[in-house]
Amino acid sequence: MEKRVTFKGIWLPILLVFPQILITAVFFFYPAGQAIWQSLFIPDPFGLSMQFVGLGNFEFLLSDPYYRASFATTAVFSSLVTIVSMAVALYLAVLAERLIKGSGTYRTLLIWPYAVAPAVAGVLWLFMFNTRVGVVTWYLGLLGYDWNHVLNEGEAMGLVVVASAWGRISYNFLFFLAGLQAIPKSVIEAAAIDGARFWTRFRTIVFPLLSPTTFFLLVVNIIYAFFETFGVIHTITSGGPQQATTILVYKVYADGFVGQDLGSSAAQSVILLVVVSILTVVQFKFIERRVHY
Amino acid sequence: MAQHNGMVEKRGAGLWLTHLGLIIGVAFIFFPIWLAFVASTVEQQDIVRPPMPLLPGDQFFENYSRALTSGVNAPVARMLVNSGVMALGIALGKIVISLLSAFAIVYFRFPLRKVFFWLIFLTLMLPVEVRIVPTYEVAANFGMLNSYSGLIFPLIASATATFLFRQFFMTVPDELAEAARVDGARPMRFFLDILLPMSRTNIAALFVILFIYGWNQYLWPLLITTDPEMNTIVMGIKQMFPSGDDIADWPVIMATSILAMVPPIIVVIGMQRLFIRGLVESEK
Amino acid sequence: MATVSLENLKKSFGKTDVIHGVDIEIEDGEFIVIVGPSGCGKSTLLRMVAGLETVTSGEVRIGGTRVNEVEPMDRDIAMVFQNYALYPHMSVFDNMAYGLKIAKVPRAEIEARVQTAARMLQLEEYLKRRPRELSGGQRQRVAMGRAIVRKPAVFLFDEPLSNLDAKLRVQMRLEIKALQRELGVTSLYVTHDQVEAMTLADRMIVMHDGVADQVGAPLEVYANPQTAFVAGFIGSPPTNFLDAGRVGGGPAGAQVGIRPEHVRLGATGKLAATVAYAEALGAETLVHLRTEDGAAITVRQDAGEPIPAEGASLHLDWSPEHQMVFGADGRRAG
Repeated sequence: MEKRVTFKGIWLPILLVFPQILITAVFFFYPAGQAIWQSLFIPDPFGLSMQFVGLGNFEFLLSDPYYRASFATTAVFSSLVTIVSMAVALYLAVLAERLIKGSGTYRTLLIWPYAVAPAVAGVLWLFMFNTRVGVVTWYLGLLGYDWNHVLNEGEAMGLVVVASAWGRISYNFLFFLAGLQAIPKSVIEAAAIDGARFWTRFRTIVFPLLSPTTFFLLVVNIIYAFFETFGVIHTITSGGPQQATTILVYKVYADGFVGQDLGSSAAQSVILLVVVSILTVVQFKFIERRVHY
Repeated sequence: MAQHNGMVEKRGAGLWLTHLGLIIGVAFIFFPIWLAFVASTVEQQDIVRPPMPLLPGDQFFENYSRALTSGVNAPVARMLVNSGVMALGIALGKIVISLLSAFAIVYFRFPLRKVFFWLIFLTLMLPVEVRIVPTYEVAANFGMLNSYSGLIFPLIASATATFLFRQFFMTVPDELAEAARVDGARPMRFFLDILLPMSRTNIAALFVILFIYGWNQYLWPLLITTDPEMNTIVMGIKQMFPSGDDIADWPVIMATSILAMVPPIIVVIGMQRLFIRGLVESEK
Repeated sequence: MATVSLENLKKSFGKTDVIHGVDIEIEDGEFIVIVGPSGCGKSTLLRMVAGLETVTSGEVRIGGTRVNEVEPMDRDIAMVFQNYALYPHMSVFDNMAYGLKIAKVPRAEIEARVQTAARMLQLEEYLKRRPRELSGGQRQRVAMGRAIVRKPAVFLFDEPLSNLDAKLRVQMRLEIKALQRELGVTSLYVTHDQVEAMTLADRMIVMHDGVADQVGAPLEVYANPQTAFVAGFIGSPPTNFLDAGRVGGGPAGAQVGIRPEHVRLGATGKLAATVAYAEALGAETLVHLRTEDGAAITVRQDAGEPIPAEGASLHLDWSPEHQMVFGADGRRAG
């Protein structure tokens, strides 16, 4: 897509893109280049010199059981967050769409957790499930269940998943609702006349027609779970217990800042870079297709 | 729209079940926030001896004023100001530099135009999380630690905003630029007099999204603000938890959590229409 | 006020030539209509005069001065666009005043000029409105107003009426003509509608595939078309074309053109034909016939004449002076 009508001039447009390019170069490309460069070195124990190790950091990482575990953790965590938040959002959107009156009110009531920062969401859920003072923990105790996400790996994972999915529901809800409202009523009415009951209609008509939205949300939610849930993990579990909730992004931070292992952290950054690139390309390929859809 | 097909639209019991389902959903969304609000209005004793009450207590002013004026490490009022400056700086900064570069890319033909376009595009692939250590080093070298410029500048390049404006500019009829040329408007005049006012709604919609993005930043402020006086509220909450086995000051922490949510929630609810538009369009 | 001259004006986009060299001298105050089918290059020609399109070769002169490289705003022109190109966020007043504000015309004078234009165009009560609150005809007037207030030496119109419905188009056509007469400003007007061209033009340029096939006063062009294209494009219903060999003479591949009003139907004549159907329009009747070799012929009759029955076999006749012969290259040969 190009504009037919343009203005003359060379220096003016260069001046106009300059701020963006400057910021991009200084804070995006230079650091990314640094990450790639550092990933090829190991600093000596005193931090005085760097030793070139080629792909050594990567080889080490990929054979490191902790890093491989972190990959698996990330996969489990992202899938769960995506599935939970999308399923709940779809359920609510389908219900809200069935209402003629009041769907706007419910929309207002449901959208605002979008404004809650993941880190704040983490604190809220931590409070409910706190091992000492948490209300939910206490009531679970009454039922004879001893909740302790500080020690139990599965419970820790469950908690960060729910807290991450919780804040994401409103976003998914908005897109699902818009997608549902875009399906022509006549199609659904035709199916109803054909004798399809609600669940059949949903399975055979609504859900297939909703698939562009669903696929889009799938990609966007995976990106969210990968990169934007740092705050949740950091506030609730700090990656524990025994690294059970250490997702890749958390590990870059932990190794780079807490552990000061620069070479490894840089190599992890580079691996993440590849992951984001793939996700971005998938997202854009899909958007291109959606334009034709 | 009032005449709906009865076969499709549920009535009677079905309608009530629909409402019930939605109310359960709303309750699930609401409950954590409600609990936080309750906790911010009671005394510490009410919390540390579970179960805590489920209805608000009478310590609202007490707890909030304690949080705002003294907090734990720094007064929360101070952190709110920091968050405000950061969120506004990021939102406005992103909008300004994106408007300018989108204008250049759409309305001019100049050397390296395509290169610049791709450079901006590639920033999509470089979230802070994948370049934290080196970016931190750059900020440190510039002396940006514990400063507003350090909180703002490394985050204001925006491919999304640039693409959004580019897309909008492409829909502006060519004849408007030609009419402006015939009227004697030079490029910047056209930008300021015609393009900018026409982009108002897009700018406002994007502002909502970007304000929330900026306000909710966590990792970056965590890295570069070591001085509690420069903490933003979203990252400051975690800093309020004691490190050892001490018991956290829950009423103040929960009051702070509520305070951290209020500004972005006001923006979302107050500008709901623009917010939804901005959300849907920025993802196109 | 100014003259406009185009001298061997050419335009190419890359390797594609869209204008092949147009020459015309436009007198001060003249109303020139550039007419042709879509894609003939007429808009490009106008945009070159406006300065919105660069000139590949040749020369554009306004008031005797070469303006090839001059910015649109410095050419002393004003333009009315097809979609009006009104600034959507500005009031009618501001739309008209914008160019004057940029030119730093004193406020009082801007006010006076806009008021005068608004009065001429009956827009006085709409000055505070936004373009989207106006009807199509009113927007069209605002676009005209924006051109008028600048008091330019030349008006350029790019299909200004094509977005209006038929009735409004006729009305606005008359208004534009009256306005141009009143202001006496040299005007170039692009349209694909030959009726607009016939009624508005002092002289018209008939464009075809980037070439100005003919330049002349409307009636002169109508009566004496220089190419087969012009004969076919100007006039409605269009000129009938017949193979020259069948109707007595002419070089190989040549065609004979006869306008519908010049063909007489009778028992004898130059050519036999069968009536396909007849359209009685009230004041006149259009009779559509088919010759033996399948050529379609239209004949225009006055309402008083008898309407032939469908299927009737008749003969076509015309006087030799109405016969236009075009060579195989489409040029007029006799």
